[in-house]
Amino acid sequence: MERRKALKTGGSLGLLGVLAVLGLVPGSAWAGVGRAALEAGNLNDAFDALGVSLPENSELIKLTVPDVAENGAVVPVTVESTLAHIEQISILVDKNINVLAANFIIPKGGAGFIMTRIKIGQTATVVALVKADGKFYRASKEVQVTQGGCSA
Amino acid sequence: MGEATRIRATAKDGQTEVKMLMQHEMETGQRKDAAGNKIPAWIITDVKVLHEGRTVLEAQFGTAVSKNPYLVFRFMGGAQGEKISVLWTDNRDDKRMDEAVID
Repeated sequence: MERRKALKTGGSLGLLGVLAVLGLVPGSAWAGVGRAALEAGNLNDAFDALGVSLPENSELIKLTVPDVAENGAVVPVTVESTLAHIEQISILVDKNINVLAANFIIPKGGAGFIMTRIKIGQTATVVALVKADGKFYRASKEVQVTQGGCSA
Repeated sequence: MGEATRIRATAKDGQTEVKMLMQHEMETGQRKDAAGNKIPAWIITDVKVLHEGRTVLEAQFGTAVSKNPYLVFRFMGGAQGEKISVLWTDNRDDKRMDEAVID
């Protein structure tokens, strides 16, 4: 039974071994920023959990979101930044139940470009938080949501 | 084990752009079924992307990433024929690794 389970979840022992080496094993989930940030219920708590008090606005961050999202379940978000030495990019939505949508850790040699799709429950402000050279910067933009994406 | 992640990686002007579409429900844990019972959260929590074995992106997802997560990012370097690996794990400890070569 155990063996069958292992085969089902891992595909093969070889794959499980590879995953273990790469640190993607049970218990390693939520590493990096920790659960607290991903479960924060408001922007201040999320900023606290990410280790920043009040990030300053930066014109070197370009946050692209639609002005109006008809379907809050699939809202495209693009964060592009020309800041030097980007280490981390986070996408937050101030009115969502869990405000931190996603966090990206960018190793040396990364480029400041992330695009993804997120759920927004109601009209809210999307915040792009960028950590560069040890300092946090942000850009914000409001998205009007006509049909919510979290409980719909 | 979830379905395969679709990966497209393109090298251009000294950078590689990686586009990926992961197959996952991304259930928020905030919805209720017809009987009024809460549907438990079921989400990808961690993603790792490797270029020839070197980590080029790590991501942590919350509940607000859309169903079947779509992600695009870029890194410096990368050349045609080199390998990109995408790994994810979800909150039920399901895992997936898929690979593609750079165009």
